[in-house]
Amino acid sequence: MDQLSRRRFLKISGSTIAATAAITGLSSIVKGANKIEEKTGKPVKGIQKIPTFCDLCFWKCGAIAYVRDGKLWKVEGNPEDPLSKGRLCPRGTGGVGASFDKDRLKSPLIRRTDRGKDEWVKVTWDEALDHIAGKMNKIKSDYGPESMALFSHGIGGNFFKHTIKAFGSNNITAPSFAQCRGPREIGFELTYGDVVGSPERTDIENAKCLVLLGSHLGENMHNTQVQEFAEAVGKGATIITVDPRFSVAAGKSKYYLPIKPGTDLALLLTWMNILVTEGLYDKEYVQKFGFGFEQFAAEIKQYTSEWAYPITGIEPTVIRETAYEMARYKPATLIHPGRHATWYGDDAQRSRAVALLNALLGSWGRKGGFYQPVKFGLPGYDYPEYPKAKETADNPNRKYPFAEGELLSTGLRDATITGEPYPIKGWIVYATNLLQALPNQAETIKAIQNLDLLVVVDVVPSEIAGWADVVLPESTYLERYDDISDSPFREPFIALRQPAVEAPHDQKPNWWMAKKLAEKLGLGKYYPWKNIEEYLDTRLKKVGLSLEQMKKTGIAKRAQSPIYFEDGVQPNFFTPSGKIEFYSLQLKEHGFDPVPKFTKHEEPPAGYFRLLYGRAPVHTFSKTQSNPILNDMMSENEVWVNADIARRYGLKNGEYIKLKNTDGIVSNKIKVKVTERIRTDCVYMVHGFGQTAARIRNTYLKGASDAQLVTKYKMDPIMGGTAMNVNFVTFEWEA
Amino acid sequence: MARYGMVIDTIRCVGCQDCVVACKTENNVPEGYNRDWIVTEANGKFPNINMEIRTERCNHCSNTPCVACCPTGASHIHDVGGVVLVDHDKCIGCKACLAACPYDARFVNPEGYADKCTFCIHRVEKGEDPACVSVCPTHCMFFGDLDDPNSEVSKLLQSRKHHTLIPEAGTKPNIFYLT
Repeated sequence: MDQLSRRRFLKISGSTIAATAAITGLSSIVKGANKIEEKTGKPVKGIQKIPTFCDLCFWKCGAIAYVRDGKLWKVEGNPEDPLSKGRLCPRGTGGVGASFDKDRLKSPLIRRTDRGKDEWVKVTWDEALDHIAGKMNKIKSDYGPESMALFSHGIGGNFFKHTIKAFGSNNITAPSFAQCRGPREIGFELTYGDVVGSPERTDIENAKCLVLLGSHLGENMHNTQVQEFAEAVGKGATIITVDPRFSVAAGKSKYYLPIKPGTDLALLLTWMNILVTEGLYDKEYVQKFGFGFEQFAAEIKQYTSEWAYPITGIEPTVIRETAYEMARYKPATLIHPGRHATWYGDDAQRSRAVALLNALLGSWGRKGGFYQPVKFGLPGYDYPEYPKAKETADNPNRKYPFAEGELLSTGLRDATITGEPYPIKGWIVYATNLLQALPNQAETIKAIQNLDLLVVVDVVPSEIAGWADVVLPESTYLERYDDISDSPFREPFIALRQPAVEAPHDQKPNWWMAKKLAEKLGLGKYYPWKNIEEYLDTRLKKVGLSLEQMKKTGIAKRAQSPIYFEDGVQPNFFTPSGKIEFYSLQLKEHGFDPVPKFTKHEEPPAGYFRLLYGRAPVHTFSKTQSNPILNDMMSENEVWVNADIARRYGLKNGEYIKLKNTDGIVSNKIKVKVTERIRTDCVYMVHGFGQTAARIRNTYLKGASDAQLVTKYKMDPIMGGTAMNVNFVTFEWEA
Repeated sequence: MARYGMVIDTIRCVGCQDCVVACKTENNVPEGYNRDWIVTEANGKFPNINMEIRTERCNHCSNTPCVACCPTGASHIHDVGGVVLVDHDKCIGCKACLAACPYDARFVNPEGYADKCTFCIHRVEKGEDPACVSVCPTHCMFFGDLDDPNSEVSKLLQSRKHHTLIPEAGTKPNIFYLT
């Protein structure tokens, strides 16, 4: 599997471009963020509508910021945007809160004392960036440029990536791979030769049968997915939800399968066996596109519904009925691949089973299954070539042979701790709170203590910022330009982020910091543009657009091209066989199961419960809790405890307890939610709470942190994902 | 005369609170207060659960205990659409209406007056939907004239099963929930 195959499948549209209609009411706007009338020097009166795209999560929904009498008022969806279709999720709608947040970082800070101590000195941008450049050059001369690493999440990291590559390091990573969707991408790539991608290529709105495995759409608020989910539910699609917790989606389901945690693969294998044995699969599709089907069929024959019953807890009749339901609606049956897939350590194989079940139903490439995403394909800026960098440090000797395309964040953390394969001595951390994003906080802190330099770029004084040597305050997305968004989706489009107002204090946009830093490092030739407007305009002009035009519309589209096989998309599978690999020779070559096999996972010891975690619709990771509007919606998390368990332990709804894991780690206090909506062998909480950054007053020690309790993690041997649903907790009462 | 009301499809609603957030930003609802909110009603024993998720707010009733009990006339029925409103200048913050409302839809704004959902009458009078309706990513909310048999809301009520909240209170609520 070579790196090129990733997204090689993607079609770049070559058709003509249509800038969408200008947002009405925009004519009165002066340039960009300048809300001051040039003639009078007074704030602009009335309402201005400024198209941009959201940054509350990674979905990048097109939005319109409303500025009233020169002040930020509200944000709505941009009706021209294919992702949001004019409607944002609650986080996006509450986006203005990020700008009003009283606890924002206001100026660059340098620590003059020991790392981890909350003692800071306010400095100028020149002082901060000179300090960073000095330290980076020292690391370069002592160890080499590759000893600088960048942890970056979201589109805002693009310019820092550019600076780090220009510096001579390819150690650039995001926890969104090995801590999140990595196993899914590799499981699909091993099967179809292509990834699911982001936004997911799932055709939910046309699915007649939708199967969700632990994917709690509606709580997990990826806008387009949720809109399409509601559409499918509204149209009466059969929803099958497999979850240890009765999720919101479960409440919309014809079938709710309360599966025992850790046994999803057994269910998937059984479903596939039923489809094959009873001849209910899409034979023509499998014959045409499949590789190794005979071996696959022989291999899965052992997995009967009677076998699966004691393992999964799902009755054989229900397993069969749901399999028949899937077969009835094929190929418009979509087994959703999920997103946060790092559960039990065999996640790439589980994701492969999801991919194969979809293949049996013929849903890949078909309407109601997985569409073929198209991309606008805006050409990049022509930069000088980067210096040749050493091989990355995250996966020495290719220990995880299928960790492809993206780096392992925990791998770079390991290299920082061990100095192997070579030392990592500097981190720049952009917009990701590594204390909550990586498993085992003690290891993260150990790595940090080995660094010569830790720079954190953030909007608020987050937990990771508390460990930094230098903190750089970023302006919010409503106050800055960013790189152009060019997401693969149903239709080819690009989106512009532009400032609606100015940053209130001495915050700067990421592009400005990354460019200044490069200049101080003597890498100015990598930033031939004067400012971001020039950069954006140059790129847009390459396709006959302009920044001026994009500022009015926020969105530009190319003409639609087909996205389904049945409409003329050429089926191409970039696997070694050129087909859908029911049997994987490349897995076999590396000593892995060529067809996924069920393995039993460790169960909680007596008196302990498996810790499960998930999302709430009003928060993203641990980054939105300080937003005053969203904090008002949900200021702390709760631990869900089954009502029978609560009775047995004398737990009352709303009381505060602590959770202790098998390593003796005790959480912050958390409210008990006594509920019938969860199994008796697990507990559940929303991720991102229990933060320990005292400078963010409204989140400090509110609720508990699942990340703190995730001291154990299980490595996926195929691709280096860190499975995190492998921790067990018990209840502790407050002293 | 028009009778404004809402029809809310509980089948589509996922309880994401976008309606609550939109109301806050649209109407500058002060921190710690909301004019609308989400109710999740789950009944049964695991795993056999019945669940209804719905967004709630002032029901803009046709029979209004909050208006009847108001000593100053601040709580009143607007001359457009029968929308129940509070005149901030006339309100003395006595809380009689808070006690009278069976839906707990009102609160005292830190500025001293009874506050609640206005059906975004400032938007409706410009021909727009209320903010909550216009942002909903699941398209579960519909606003319109219940007295017009051809309106979308009337048609939905003609074709779908529905219920109101606390009908036994006799308030004749104008918000309907599709099930």
